[in-house]
Amino acid sequence: MTFPTKDDLIDFVYAEARMLDEGRYTQWLESWMPDGHYWMPLDYKQEDPNLVTSLLYEDNFMLKLRVERLNGARTFSQKPKSRCHHVLQRPFVDEMDHENGRFITNTAMHYVETRLDEQFLLALTATHELTLDQGILKIANKRVDLLNSDAAFGNIQLLP
Amino acid sequence: MSGYMQDQKAIDGLVRSHQVHRDIYIDQDVFRMEMRNLFVNTWVFVGHESQTPNKGDYFTTQIGDQPVIQVRHSDGNIHVLYNRCPHKGTKIAIDRSGNTGKFFRCPYHAWSFKTDGCLLAIPLKKGYRDTGLDQTESAKGMKAVGAVKNYRGFIFARLAAEGVAFDAFFGDSLSSIDNMVDRSPAGRLEVAGPPLRYMHKCNWKMLLENQTDTCHPMVAHESSAGTAVRLWDEMGQKGPTPAAMQIIAPFMSPYEFFEDMGIRTWPNGHGHTGVHNSIHANYSEIPGYMEKMVEAYGEERAKQILGESRHNTVYFPNIMIKGPIQQMRVFIPLAADKTLVESYIYRLVDAPDELLARTAMYNRMINAPTSIVGHDDLEMYERAQEGLHVDGLEWVNVQRLYEEGEDMETEAVVNGTTERQMRNQFHAWLKFMRAPGSTDAQVAAQ
Ligand SMILES: [Fe+2]
Repeated sequence: MTFPTKDDLIDFVYAEARMLDEGRYTQWLESWMPDGHYWMPLDYKQEDPNLVTSLLYEDNFMLKLRVERLNGARTFSQKPKSRCHHVLQRPFVDEMDHENGRFITNTAMHYVETRLDEQFLLALTATHELTLDQGILKIANKRVDLLNSDAAFGNIQLLP
Repeated sequence: MSGYMQDQKAIDGLVRSHQVHRDIYIDQDVFRMEMRNLFVNTWVFVGHESQTPNKGDYFTTQIGDQPVIQVRHSDGNIHVLYNRCPHKGTKIAIDRSGNTGKFFRCPYHAWSFKTDGCLLAIPLKKGYRDTGLDQTESAKGMKAVGAVKNYRGFIFARLAAEGVAFDAFFGDSLSSIDNMVDRSPAGRLEVAGPPLRYMHKCNWKMLLENQTDTCHPMVAHESSAGTAVRLWDEMGQKGPTPAAMQIIAPFMSPYEFFEDMGIRTWPNGHGHTGVHNSIHANYSEIPGYMEKMVEAYGEERAKQILGESRHNTVYFPNIMIKGPIQQMRVFIPLAADKTLVESYIYRLVDAPDELLARTAMYNRMINAPTSIVGHDDLEMYERAQEGLHVDGLEWVNVQRLYEEGEDMETEAVVNGTTERQMRNQFHAWLKFMRAPGSTDAQVAAQ
């Protein structure tokens, strides 16, 4: 069967969540296309990432900076460090276009983040736009819609 | 500690020229006095007129702890009403914004009110015949706040019916709003999307002080800005400059930069950083913008408008604007140790979209609950909120570049690393903490 199969796509999404939970950020960054964006809209069903505010709309440099900062000697908001945990529902494969190398999955998740005595839960839907780069699956773009994106949050320090 | 509500004069002892007592940040009574007095006597930001562009449009928010509705009346004017049915107390509007048509209708017993608050109708009204309802407050409809002012699109309200006049309260500080609005070739701003909403477990005044705290960026933000600079160096600075380098890296500017940028204070607690220069001064030029500005204002005036480098302007008590990037942060006090920060961005009407795109980017990079820069700051506020409970060391120092005999009732331009603006805020704080209508409030009003 041609790579990727539906199972390959689903396995990829699970593996990505596990990388984030285990803090394997170098590997995680390598699973991105260099021009990819991680988008977390602020408004429910937001369509535009540019002319209104989002929670996140980050390019490769910003994502690198974000994960690099987590380990900094003077990153006081990560002393002690946060931990996170994703629980995934089986991803839907919404688009499988081998010809153009475009694969889209839609995954419901519960995300838990904790630090010190605090812990919070976010319900979200992640949309992964995947592509093939020299035969390897990579993230072309990722969109995370929080169920309560318009609510007031305290710090969200890791990546849902 | 505490007991300030019984002995209101006791708050006088909390503010000294060079230090303030920790009860200002942690005491429940002080917080209640702020809600009953400070946020009642002063002019507090409500919303922007473009949040309610059409007749019947409304927007809900709060002034201090008081729920209010900003609504566009049928005559086109904007009114600010308490969000409470005069009948049983039900909040009239629960959603953050909407259109109510020609009148508000309470969902509980269908009392209805015109969009200026006047009572319109009560079902089965004969039940009130000869009961004296017309003698009660309930019959007057939805209560309006004491006074409302629309200043160049920004709606401010004073809850107290009497008190300091708008122009007297803000004085020359309005020049910062002017400059922000003048940056539109059409002289008009429009809100762009909903605000970021970021919950802070700290006192609202910590946020306010941070806006002109120019000695913290290179320390607290070393983790984000310092790392950005290092990453970019490691990458050999190849390729187009990443957005983060333009927005976040300037936080690492040296102390001398912040000293030289200057701070200006105005009476009544207002002030700004970036008198001579600022981290917003060197933003890349956007093609086509200058041409539009020259067309609208002429070359000299256009250059004057865009030459202004004001960084953060604090409008006491609880907002900060960034003129050069059309941004507003509102520090909504929820409790002594809880503050909701809402960060809005505005479109410069008639200006290229690239300006708004940069502003939106700035907002999410710096002010979001997901922002690494925000994490740096909130960590410090929350540590301070907890640390202030230490007994036996009860004062917070605001002495940097203090000068004997400082007069906060006059404008001053000083070294950019001064804490004069913090002292200015506390001076105003004490001035407006008297009960509304009290002799002291009248003194403050003059
Ligand atoms: Fe800061």
